[in-house]
Amino acid sequence: MKYGVSTVGVAVGLAFGLAACTTPDESVEIFDPYEERNRKVHDFNVSLDRNLVRPVARAYGEVLPGEIRAGVSNMKDFVSTPSYILNDVFQGSFEDAAHNTLRLAFNGVFGFGLLDSASAAGVERRPSDFGQTLHVWGAPEGAYIESPFIGPSTERDTIGTVVDIVTNPTAYALDRSIIWVSPGVTAGDVLQQRYEFGDTVDSLLDDSADSYAQTRSIYLQNRRFELGQDDEFEFDPYEDLFDE
Amino acid sequence: MNRISRRMALMTGAAFVAHAAGPASALSDAQARALVQQVVDDINRVINSGKSERAMYTDFERIFRRYGDVGVIAASVLGPDRRRASQAQQRAFADAFAGYMARKYGKRFREFIGGRIDVQGTRNAGRYQEVQTVARLQGSSPFSVVFRVSDRSGQDRFFDIVIEGISLGKTERTEIGALLDRNRGNIDAMIADLRQRG
Repeated sequence: MKYGVSTVGVAVGLAFGLAACTTPDESVEIFDPYEERNRKVHDFNVSLDRNLVRPVARAYGEVLPGEIRAGVSNMKDFVSTPSYILNDVFQGSFEDAAHNTLRLAFNGVFGFGLLDSASAAGVERRPSDFGQTLHVWGAPEGAYIESPFIGPSTERDTIGTVVDIVTNPTAYALDRSIIWVSPGVTAGDVLQQRYEFGDTVDSLLDDSADSYAQTRSIYLQNRRFELGQDDEFEFDPYEDLFDE
Repeated sequence: MNRISRRMALMTGAAFVAHAAGPASALSDAQARALVQQVVDDINRVINSGKSERAMYTDFERIFRRYGDVGVIAASVLGPDRRRASQAQQRAFADAFAGYMARKYGKRFREFIGGRIDVQGTRNAGRYQEVQTVARLQGSSPFSVVFRVSDRSGQDRFFDIVIEGISLGKTERTEIGALLDRNRGNIDAMIADLRQRG
């Protein structure tokens, strides 16, 4: 694993870019100062899904046998594991780092990354990312952002995604001739997720009265849950009624 | 200094609200767990009954009305707009909302066929009890489903279901708000729209 000076430079630069993360004056549940622009991107993403991702995902799910699709998704997790370990270390979670190192070794030896033998043996998936690392380091969430192709995110998570891409150890470890494996299995895994949660995503995008607002709400709630953040805006219908 | 005094003000405010809203939940964790166990048993029975989709929606609506605090949830998701709704409109909305929820989430429960929900444990969250369950469905990893239970309306009822951190109450509040916007703020039109949805 050799990191070029320029890569480290980019990562450090981006991390410092966080100082520029937009923060609201007071704590609000949804901070979306770029709503107008985000809504345009959302319309683009929805039509991209309708015209390309959804039909391709359907074909992917129906043509390829489940075992092959599972193999692709296992491989995606396998090639991402070095990046999980790196983030676990950044976060000071050495137990998670050891857990993921064990998964990497186990799945590499038993199944060449195509089988998730570790999960079968009780050593479950434990993904980690740089957005999470930034959260652990105390960076604010920033504004809500919907990006083309990538979908819903926040300022903090957008920086996290970019850092994860440029620091991915696998990309540096692989020989140039097989460098496509990592983005290839990532694309396959995206299609698999779109296929597996097809009905849920369809109902979110097609049946919601306002699919932009609903996507934003669901993304933020789920992401904050993943990060273990306390919800200071809990749904409390009784308090609403007593307020009057 | 400024920061500390602001925090003090917030804490005092929070303490006042907590006091004004009444004492902590009198509901025991055993009662909350028993309620959720009943809900889960009833849902498991319906999804494995082999009934038609339409018949299942009716059953889900019955479960939601029996164990869920439908009136309170409906009033809350309607938001500030309920203040300008008449009593009749509020009742019509709560009724339409129950049917809509049963259809919308009934469709999701179809994916539960052959799976099961297991009650795991409870947590006292102060003014309500939280019952943690795990949904184990075929072909996907187990995921967390939390039922929030309260007796603040006089009976033990669940008032929110939280799936992987996503609150049904919050989701529907966003949805109803958007639906009202779509109907240019007209409550009757929104209720009619809601009856067609889900």
